[in-house]
This record gives sequence, structure tokens and C-alpha cells, in this order.
Amino acid sequence: MNDFIRQLADITGPGFVSSEPEERYLYSMDQGTMSPAEPDAVVMPGSTEEVRKIMLLANKYKVPVVPMGGGLVLSGLTRALHGGIILDMKRMNRILQINPKSRYAVVEGGASEGMLQAYLKKHHPELKHSMPDAPPIATLAGNICIHGSGHLSVLGGFHSDMLTGMEIVLPTGDIMRTGSCSVSPEWFARAPLPDLSGLFIGWSGTTGVVTKLGIRLFPSYSHNDMLIFVCEDADLMPDVISRLTGTQVAEDMTPWMTPKPEWARGFLHINISYGAHSKKELTFKRNLLQASVKKYSDQKIAGFLPLPPTEKSRFLKIPSPDLVKFADIRKGGGFEYVGAIMAIEHFAEAYRAGLQIARMYNVSYSMGARIIGAGHAMIFFYAYAFNRADPEDIKRAQHALEATNTAALEIGGIPWKSELPAQKQIINKMDQNTFNLMNQIRSVLDPNHIMNPGNWEK
Amino acid sequence: MKCQYIEFTGISDAKAEKSKINAGEESRVLYECLTCYACQEYCQFGNNPFYLLIELQEKKGVLTAPKPIVEEQLRMMSPKGRITRQKVRSPVVNMCAFPMLTGCVRGKLFEGASVLSGNDIFCNIMWLHFAKNSVIRDRVPKTIDNIMSFYLKDSKIDEMVCFHDECYGTYTSVAEAFGISVPFKPVHLFDYINRRLDEIPDLIKPINEKIAYQRPCSNRLSPETDKILDEIFIKIGAQRVPRKHDRENALCCGGVPRALQRDELADELVEKNISDMLSTGAKYCVFNCPFCMATLGQEVAEHGLMPILVSDLVLIALGE
Repeated sequence: MNDFIRQLADITGPGFVSSEPEERYLYSMDQGTMSPAEPDAVVMPGSTEEVRKIMLLANKYKVPVVPMGGGLVLSGLTRALHGGIILDMKRMNRILQINPKSRYAVVEGGASEGMLQAYLKKHHPELKHSMPDAPPIATLAGNICIHGSGHLSVLGGFHSDMLTGMEIVLPTGDIMRTGSCSVSPEWFARAPLPDLSGLFIGWSGTTGVVTKLGIRLFPSYSHNDMLIFVCEDADLMPDVISRLTGTQVAEDMTPWMTPKPEWARGFLHINISYGAHSKKELTFKRNLLQASVKKYSDQKIAGFLPLPPTEKSRFLKIPSPDLVKFADIRKGGGFEYVGAIMAIEHFAEAYRAGLQIARMYNVSYSMGARIIGAGHAMIFFYAYAFNRADPEDIKRAQHALEATNTAALEIGGIPWKSELPAQKQIINKMDQNTFNLMNQIRSVLDPNHIMNPGNWEK
Repeated sequence: MKCQYIEFTGISDAKAEKSKINAGEESRVLYECLTCYACQEYCQFGNNPFYLLIELQEKKGVLTAPKPIVEEQLRMMSPKGRITRQKVRSPVVNMCAFPMLTGCVRGKLFEGASVLSGNDIFCNIMWLHFAKNSVIRDRVPKTIDNIMSFYLKDSKIDEMVCFHDECYGTYTSVAEAFGISVPFKPVHLFDYINRRLDEIPDLIKPINEKIAYQRPCSNRLSPETDKILDEIFIKIGAQRVPRKHDRENALCCGGVPRALQRDELADELVEKNISDMLSTGAKYCVFNCPFCMATLGQEVAEHGLMPILVSDLVLIALGE
């Protein structure tokens, strides 16, 4: 291993490779409940060429490679389960191109959400991208590869739907491209080619390393507003969501249910944000949204919270600060959530299952969802905060997460960015031929099985 | 017939609806009322038409706003039991549920003042907008008891300045109509400011500006104080410009209609208020109600008028 590490240093320079215990400790875990697993070394490449050389070396020595973006996935996907190296992509953080007319950006594999947001605000204030509610250091590549979502997901779907192409370094050291950039100098779309991007999205880093990607941008409005819809009956939610998304004017819709503050307990809320180029257009959009659920407000069983403009500003912050506040509610820095992707008609079932699990395991919970597209799906999330310094608290949260994954699968949903036990639950429920094909693809791309081993395995 | 929000075909139509309400019968007014309090001011005989209307709304289970909206606000504004005993001294200024505005109580105007705020001393008058007289009956006596027990009694003070005229309306008009006894003397903010200006006339530097005043619904419960405001404006050299929508014809700021899910009406009210203010050439839009200011302030500012509370305008005149 020492010789291997020396050769890594030859590739990146000695300042970007470490096998020191403190680094190995820090890279052994994320903020979630999964137990630590130490890598043998951490390496930070600075270019696609360096990534290529590292992959060639790792493949030659059959050393496991775990690609890592911001390291914020929370479900332990960037732990070195079989040792080897963690490939920390943060040095490759350049924003390479903005195409304002075709509205896309091309960035390196380690570019963060915050960097692109700041860059656009400064250089292209007329454009924005869909920010997830993660800390700004979360990477675009990481978020796309886990099928993330964000503040434009009603408008543009999953972040993986907004991907226009990728540059990938395969485990064998080959560099390949997906989407229009494989044919043209431009990164405008994945169509009309065979969609090879799918070989790298949702695979938890088991098929290759993303070194560049293209992502769709959207108009940034001069006028922005939001509404909060409230009701008491979870069974109404699928219809409400369907009606609101049916207007096709919202950018983002996030239902939320929480026992704290006390006034919110038992109520179901939906934050709906939308923007416009003028005040008149903004009012028009608000009227459309309100009219879509007038049936319920006329019956007085649901409606929109009256929020003076001064109180709306915190809800219009992107990313939202609220989840971060909840994340440390138990103190001790432990936080994990199960996001299950499912059809919106299961909203009430998902909500009731969450309440039952929180009661059963006595955990601090926050539930919510992000609506995808025009009600095409939702990511329903169950967030559990725990105190990392309290082993009993961690165990409680782990049990609650397992129970939640089980419940989500029973409802018909699929746990999102699933941690190891959930991956196994999914595989057990998955069509056998689908899983066989996954393994065949993986063997072709990664013959020596060096990419994030331990994940997506029975 | 003076009602600005409900259409009547004529006086007989209005009388017919009022007769139904008096008889405790169904009336469209129960459903169409914007809860602006104005009829309380219009009535020259002290018959409390507004309170009776709300009473009937509640009795008949009329919901002015969707139930979850009302329920959440009932919880938000409930007493929290977080009050602690405190020695206070005069003047005692009650900021009600607007602790974020305690910074307004400052300078020579409020020299030496003790400030009270928080949900445990919330005046609860807002429930008139939501057909919840029962909540007023239930919570206001406890609020009064908290004010007395935790602040005034031990400090041997029997006077309290109400920063917001909703509070003043609660401890005068509502308390009297609802049979709630008030053991302290409520002082309207205008009354306090007016007297205080008489004590420090040498400090006043007339501001010599035109101001448009946005009269709040709550001032309908103490209309006599509107004249005191005129005196204040004269003393600080502010010209209260004649607005179409001032005094008895004041228009709602638009805040409550949004809670009642009548946003399009609220937009119309905002537009009418602002165009009316702009037509006067005023520099400032002056509020006495913090909620009106929260609702209208941003719009007013976007149209080039400076939104400001009465107390802050007076502080400007005092050079602060």
C-alpha cells in the first residue's frame, strides 16, 4: 500500500494524498447513522487526467476507489467499506461554461452547488439552477448522481432530469462522454442518443467517476413570492398537490409536517414558491394557484396562511435554513433522513407510517416532501435528529430508519440514496432480471470490482 | 349603509339584513363581512353592532377563514406561561404580541419607560376577525390578570400605555361590551404622546412634511383618539393630508382579507390605499398599527413613500 500511495503522490503531488490517521478518521464517516469505515488513503485529483491516472493505478493494484463530492449524503455512501482510497473531488471545482441562450452550465465534478449559485448571481443574474436544501458545499455531481431534487423540481423534475451530459472516467481509466457533448462541442441535451448517463446515475459511485457535467439553468425572476397552504386532513394532500401542480406555475412545492413548534403539530403545510418577471405576472400566478384549490378554501377546510411580506423572506431563502436548524435539534451533530421516492397518492399512508414510527422509537422527527414535476412523483422524507455522542440515541435513530425504509417499500415507494441495509431491502424487492442486468453492466464497466465495493450487492 | 365592503341595493335592503342579525337569524352579512370594525364606529348609539355580528357568526358556526388557519393562529397566539414577575415604573408601555417593536420605545419620548410584551399579555382582539368572541372571553381576563399580577400590582402602578390601539380598544370598548373588568387605566398611545410633547415643547423641531395616515381598523373602537392624533401632527409640524380613505372612510390595509382568503380584494385595497396616498403628494405613510405596517409597508416603500410608525415620526421631530 505504501508504494501505491507514493505512486498516487506522483500523480497529484504529495500535498493532495494522505494516509495519516486523522484524515482517515475524518473520511471514515458522514453525519448519518452508518458506522465508520476507514480508507487507507485519501487523494484529491486536480484534473480529469489525474483521475484517469489514479483509476489506471487503482485498477492495476485492484485497490477500491470511493468517489466523493461534498461528503454530505448522510447515508454512508462514501465510506470505504473495503478500504482503499477515497477520491475527494473538491479540487475539481471549476465552472467551465455558461450558455445563457440555451440555458446550461458545464462544471467540473467537484464544483459545488454554492459555487454555481454564487457564480450565476455575479455573472448571470438572469439565470439560476435548482439548489437542493443541502449545505452549499454539496456538489452538483454528487447531487445529480443520487437523483437529488431542489428549488426548481416542480419546474424541472429531479436534478438528474436536468443533466445534459457527462464526462466520466471509467474504472479502467477510459474517459468517455454521454449526451450531446459526445458528438458536438455543445452540452445542450442527452437526446437523441442512447442515454448512457443512466449508467452512472443512482449507482452510488459503483460505475465511474464524474469529472464534468452539464446542467440545465432556468430564468431567475425579479419578482418572487410564496404561499403556505394548510390543511388538517392528510387524505386531501394528493388531490391538493395535483391541483396546485396542475397550474404549472410553481417552481417548488414542499409539504412539511412537524410537531415543533407546537402550533404546527397535526397540520399539513405546503410551501409553494413561484416567480415572475413582473408584479402583474406574479399576481396572476398567485391567483391561478389559489383558484386551483378554491374548492377547499370555500369549504373552509383548508387555505393559505396569511403572511405579511416581511415574514416571507425566510421562506424564500435558498437553500432553506429550516432543515439545518432541525438537524441539530438534539445537539451532537447527528442527522439522517430517509427520503422515499413514491407516487403522490401515497402521501397519507406515508405520513401516518412516519407518525407511528416516531412514536414507536421515541425519536425527534420532521416529515416533509418535495414534489417532482407536475405531481409526477414526490420525495417523501422522514428526518431524524440524534445525538452522535449518545450510542442509545444513534441506535434508536437507526431502528427508526430501518422501520421507515420497510414502511416506504411496503407503501410502494423506494428509499432514496439508500444506505447499505436499505440497498439490500430494495434488492430483495427488485425484479431479479433487473438486478442481474445491473451486475452484468457493472462487470463490464468495472471488471476488477474496484468502484465503491459493498454497495448495491446482495 | 356606510359599509364599504358589502353591496346593498338600498337602505331597506341594509335594514332587512340588520333586522335578521338582530333577530339572531341567518344573514348574508355574516358571510360577507370583512370584519373592518367600521360599523362599531358608525353606530351613534353605542349598540355594538360589530360585536353582535361576530357573536352571531360564532353562534351559527360561521367560519370567516378556513378552520386550519384559525386553529393554527389560536395556538400561535395562546398564552405560553413564560411570563416572569417584574418591577416596572411609569410610564409602562404595553407592546402586546409585538416584542420585535420594543426598540420603538426609546428616547426622550419614552424616557424611563418600562416595556411589556409577549403572548401572555396578548390583547386577543384579533379574534373579532375570526368569529371567536368566546376566545376573547376566555383569554382576555387571564391577560388582564397577568398584567396586574406580574407587573402593575406589586409596582403600585395603575396606568398602562397601549402602544397599539387594538389593546386600547380591548381594555375599553371590548371589555365594557363583554363585561370584563379592567383594574388599570389604559392610556392610548396618542394620548400619551400628546401629553409628553407638552412636557418637552422645546425639543420639537417641526418636520414640515406632508404625511398620509393609514388609519387602522382598531382605531374604530376609539374614534375619539383620532382628534388627538391631529393635535400631535400639529405639534410636530406634520401636515395630515386629506385623503379620500381616511377618518370614517379609512380603508382596510388588506391584511385581514388575506387571512379570509380574499386576496384579490386585498390587492384592490392595497392599490386604492396607495394611489390615494400618492395623489396627496405625501412624503411619509404613517401607521399606528404594526400589522398594517407589515402588510402595506413594503408596497408603500416601493411606491416612494416612507413607511413609518407614529411614534417614530414623533421621534424624528424630537431630533432622534
